[in-house]
Amino acid sequence: MGLIAIIFFVGIAFLVILVLLFFGLYNGLVRARIGSETAWSDIDVQLKRRHDLIPNLVNSVKGYAAHEKETLENVVQARNTAVSADGVAATGQAEGMLSAALGKLFALSEAYPDLKANQNFLQLQEELTSTENKIGFARTNYNRMTANYNEKLQAIPSNIVAGMFNFEKRDLFELEDASERQAPEVQF
Amino acid sequence: MHDDQEPLKGLPSNVTYSSLIAMNKRNSAFLILLMNVLIAGFGGAVGVILVALGDYSGTPADGQNQGVQVADLVSGFVFGGIFGIVIAIIATIWSWFGGSAAILRMTGAREIVKGDDPQLFNVVEELSIAAGIPMPRVYLIDDPAMNAFATGRDPKNGVVAITAGLRKKLNRDELAGVIAHEISHIRHYDIRLGMLMATLAGIIIFMSDAGTRVAFYSAMFGGGGGRSNRGGGGANPLVIVIVVLAIVFAILAPFCAMVVRFAMSRQREYLADAGAVELTRYPDGLIGALRKLGGHREPLRHVGQSTAPLFIVNPLKRAVRSGRHDASTVFSTHPPLTERIQRLQALK
Repeated sequence: MGLIAIIFFVGIAFLVILVLLFFGLYNGLVRARIGSETAWSDIDVQLKRRHDLIPNLVNSVKGYAAHEKETLENVVQARNTAVSADGVAATGQAEGMLSAALGKLFALSEAYPDLKANQNFLQLQEELTSTENKIGFARTNYNRMTANYNEKLQAIPSNIVAGMFNFEKRDLFELEDASERQAPEVQF
Repeated sequence: MHDDQEPLKGLPSNVTYSSLIAMNKRNSAFLILLMNVLIAGFGGAVGVILVALGDYSGTPADGQNQGVQVADLVSGFVFGGIFGIVIAIIATIWSWFGGSAAILRMTGAREIVKGDDPQLFNVVEELSIAAGIPMPRVYLIDDPAMNAFATGRDPKNGVVAITAGLRKKLNRDELAGVIAHEISHIRHYDIRLGMLMATLAGIIIFMSDAGTRVAFYSAMFGGGGGRSNRGGGGANPLVIVIVVLAIVFAILAPFCAMVVRFAMSRQREYLADAGAVELTRYPDGLIGALRKLGGHREPLRHVGQSTAPLFIVNPLKRAVRSGRHDASTVFSTHPPLTERIQRLQALK
C-alpha cells in the first residue's frame, strides 16, 4: 500500500512538472512571436509614413526639375511596388529598391540650387531621412526579436512544442542590397 | 521590446545592457542609502554642535551651569539625526514626483512640439526607437551656452533638454550623438539616480549652510556671560572629544557626499558615451559635438552645484570659462573631454 501510494504521488508530481514545463515552453514561444510581430508593426508604421511622403516629394521636385522624368518615375514606380508588396521578404526587396531610387533623387537634387533652397523640399528631405533612419533602427530590433524567435523553433525542447502547434519560422527583414541600406547622403 | 543581451563595444565582453541596468539600479539603491546615512550622521553632528554651542553661550539664571553632559550630546545627535532623515525622506519623495519638473523650471527649459524643430524631434524619435524606450519629451533651454541634459524618474517619464546655443551649432550627426548620449542616460536609469542624488546633495549643502549660520549667530550674539561663567569649569574630556569629532564630521560629510557623487557621475558619463555609440554606430558624431562643446567658453546661466552633474559637459562657470574641461580631480563632475574623445575614438 505504502509503495503504491508513493509511486502514485511521484507519478502525479512528474505529470504536473511535465504540464508546467509544457505551459512554460508554449508561452515562451508565444511571447517571442508577439515580440517579433510587434517589432514588425513598428517597421510597418515607418514604411507607411515613407509611402505617404513620397507623392509630396515628387510634386515638389517636379516644379524645379521636370525633365528628370525618368528618376521621378522610378521613385513613383518603386513606391507603388513597395505599397503593394506582401510579406516580409517581398517588402524588404521592394523597400530596398525604393531607398535606392530615393537616394538617386536626392543626389540629383544637388544640381538644382533653387530646389535645394525650397523650404518644402528641405522639410520633406528631413522627414524622409529621418524615416529611413527609423526604418533602419526598427529593422535592427525586428531582426533581433525574430532571430530570437526562430532560434526557439529549432532549439530543444521548445522545438517539440513548436512542431505540435505549427509555429512557423519568420523571415528576417533584409533590404535588397547592402550598399543601399544607408540613408541617402544629405549635406546641409 | 529590446532584449539587451548583446555585449557592449568598448566594455568588458561580459557586460550586457540588462546587467548594466540591473547593476545601475542596485548601485542607485545603495547610494541613496549611503546618502541618507550621511545626512543622518551630518544632522546628528550638527545637533551635537548646536547643543554644545547652546550651552556654551547660554547664561543660566542660577549660575549653576554644570557644563555639557554626554547625555545632552547624545540626545542632540539623535534629534539632529532624526531631523536629517525626515528631511531626506520628504525631499526624496518630493524629488521622485516633482524633481524633473523642478530641474526643468530651474534651468528655464520649455517644452517644444515637433513644429518648433522638426529635425530635433526626428532625431530624438529615431534614437528612442533604437534604444527601445518610449519617446521622451523634448525641452529647449533659451540660453546661448552649449549644453544638454536628460531627466525623469524612469524611461516612461523621460525628458531630454538642450540649450538653444548647442542646438544651433551642431549638424545632424553631431546632434544625433548628443541626443544618443542623453537617451543612454535615460535607458541606463542614470536620470533617476542623478535626480535623487541632486536632491540629497542639495540637502547636505543646505544643512551645512544653515548649520554654519546658526552656529555663527549663536556664537556671535549668545556669547559673553556664559563663557566667563564657565571659566575653567573643567568640561568632561569625553564631551570635548565628541564635540570635536562632530565638528570634523560636519565639515567632512559634505565633501564625502560630493566625492562619492562625482565619482559616480564621471563613470556614468563614460557609459553614456559608449551607449551613444551603441545606438548611432557612428562615434564621429559625438566626437564632433564634444569638440565643439570643449571649445565653448560661455557658462550656463541657471545652474547650481547640485544640478551640474546632470549635464553632458560641466556647465559651471569656473570649468567653462577657464577651458578646464580637461581637469581631472575627485571634484570633477565630468571626465576630461580629451579622455572621453579618446575612448570614443577607440570604438571606431
